[in-house]
Amino acid sequence: MSEIREVIVKTDRLATDKYQVNMGPQHPSTHGVLRLLVTLEGEKVLNVQPHTGYIHSGIEKMCEAITYPQIIHLTDRMDYLSAHMSNEAVALCVENALQIEVPDRVKYIRTIMDELTRLASHQLWWCVYGMDLGALTTFFYGLRDRELILDIFEETCGARMTVSYNTPGGLMFDIHPNFQKRVKDYIKYFKTKLPEYDKLLTGNVIMRERTEGIGYLTLEDAIDFGVTGPSGRASGFSSDVRKHQPYSAYPLVKFNEILDHRCDSLARYEVRILEMWESISIIEQLIDNIPEGDYALKMKGVLKLPEGEFYQRVETARGEFGVFIVSDGKKNPYRIKFRSPGFSNLFALNNMAKGHKIADLVAIMSTLDLIIPDIDR
Amino acid sequence: MGIKNKKEFEKNDYPIIAEYAGGGIMLASLDAMVNWARANSLWPLTFGTRCCAIEFMSAGASRHDMARFGNEVARPSPRQADLLVISGTINYKMAPVLKRLYDQMADPKYVIALGGCAISGGPFFYNSYAVVKGADHVIPVDVYIPGCPPRPEAYLFGLMQLQKKIMRQKNFGKVNYSEAKPIISDKTSL
Amino acid sequence: MTNDELKTVLTERFPAAEIKQGFQYVEMIVKAEDLHETAVQLKQTDEFYFDYLICLTGIDYPENMGITYHLESVKHRHVMVLKVRTTDRVNPAIDTVSDVWITAKYHEREVYDLLGVHFNNHTDLRRLFLEDGWGFPLRKDYVDEVRIVER
Repeated sequence: MSEIREVIVKTDRLATDKYQVNMGPQHPSTHGVLRLLVTLEGEKVLNVQPHTGYIHSGIEKMCEAITYPQIIHLTDRMDYLSAHMSNEAVALCVENALQIEVPDRVKYIRTIMDELTRLASHQLWWCVYGMDLGALTTFFYGLRDRELILDIFEETCGARMTVSYNTPGGLMFDIHPNFQKRVKDYIKYFKTKLPEYDKLLTGNVIMRERTEGIGYLTLEDAIDFGVTGPSGRASGFSSDVRKHQPYSAYPLVKFNEILDHRCDSLARYEVRILEMWESISIIEQLIDNIPEGDYALKMKGVLKLPEGEFYQRVETARGEFGVFIVSDGKKNPYRIKFRSPGFSNLFALNNMAKGHKIADLVAIMSTLDLIIPDIDR
Repeated sequence: MGIKNKKEFEKNDYPIIAEYAGGGIMLASLDAMVNWARANSLWPLTFGTRCCAIEFMSAGASRHDMARFGNEVARPSPRQADLLVISGTINYKMAPVLKRLYDQMADPKYVIALGGCAISGGPFFYNSYAVVKGADHVIPVDVYIPGCPPRPEAYLFGLMQLQKKIMRQKNFGKVNYSEAKPIISDKTSL
Repeated sequence: MTNDELKTVLTERFPAAEIKQGFQYVEMIVKAEDLHETAVQLKQTDEFYFDYLICLTGIDYPENMGITYHLESVKHRHVMVLKVRTTDRVNPAIDTVSDVWITAKYHEREVYDLLGVHFNNHTDLRRLFLEDGWGFPLRKDYVDEVRIVER
């Protein structure tokens, strides 16, 4: 008997093997073109290595050849679900560099559109999250509500998703006369539908089993990796730019920053649902009080920023988005860098997914809410 | 390409024999039936790169329902799909992957280029070092749908154009359309 | 701490560095040899405690190659900018700070990929977005006649 045991131990014939599997660029669950090289032992994940670059379009180099108002149209296409907030970041950076103050009407409208964009983005996140876990009904519920917001955008800004509504100095055009009524009707309608999201998914036994205790990210790791946004707030990292460095009309509204200390996937899910409630409350505070005035300042035809370096941060639906402009006095930037939230959030995936099964990897990646063109720019 | 006037192009009644399909009465009806089956059950491959993928998803949701065109079952594997919807930018790193996916699909396969980036590089045409200026540099495209991003209704219109194109195909022995001879020149282009 | 207090404290602690008030934040320019030591001190001293690296940017200035770090402290809520320059434009090499802030590991890979700056003691310096054999696109003297369509 002992000889047999010795032979088995020596030849290692019953030992398992590590092998690498490619979750390739074209995959239904990677939310875009992301390649993950996963080292597996059986079904347990040992190491996840993301390979990016499959949608890299050289936006930063392109921006060095165009003027500041033209950069806004390219920032739409990076994080396309928070397009309005990325536009606002560039517009605010240019306005702060030129030291001009926009009228109050512009600030109110920008904040209302910001929160509507955040709602639309979280709705799409929720519907795709359910699909990743296997619940296909969430796809239809989320998109049903998102289409109504896109209708409002289309009436006012002309486009559904890539709005390009901001411009340095204000907005492109004034809001449509129907805007306030439509937004108020939508908020009344959506307040009856958001509890449906909870009823459908939050209390579901399968969802709970797949997310509770899975994908742990400690607070020190969150700060070290720079994981901002709802993913970081679920680990206790208080990084909301709307609270700490407020811009536009955020100093005038009262809202809570949703912090959770459980650090797992379920916490990241619940933080986003509660953020949707906070967005509704912000819109309700602002929609009736839009002051009268101009919708844009009169700017010069050719905008030239003074020499220097300028950094502006905004809070998109994914985290902190930053625009860093190095200017040498000409009408094109010398160097522009976009600090994208997805870039920092993605590389924390290895820490979160080690030791879990490969099906958990899909669920964890979905709670991070990654948009790949945001990472690759 | 064989279309003589607009009226001929717009007719969509498939039992009409002599104008579309080749051969005599038996083969023409068979042609019509095969084309009808192919056009009304196109299964797309889930391949979305940039923002157009979100509009493609909206086309699949409940408001602009693409399931009524037979387009609902989006397969993740290229071996089970027959329609490749290129929705988004293709760059030099992704182009070999796209070619490999197209090669893995089984005939008959059709390609729709959705959005400005897939048609010609879109907003990334000027000054970008990493974007392929149009997906048709990599694989042959059947229908081009312009927009940035195009509305879901535009995608459905493009889908209907593709269906009309499929209905005109001749499957038994005849040539489908005669192409012009390719021009071979010495210029090295993109 | 406010910008002025930060400026005074930093001038005391780091006499060799050049400290001035930029447009929004306090800027500190250090020499390339002192970078790692400065980064460790900035993260670990309780007075500043800069533990959140917001953004790491590589810039191709006309005379030299520079890296800019935006740092924030979560405890004290102040922000500063750390800059380092290197005069060698053909083969620039700077010390890595990825053992101080983990996120710098990937930001530095991006700077290596797009600008060609080599980081000493980096554990995994590979290209991130582009393939091997591509040049360094973000440099000002990058010319690509085949792929770029000029306007």
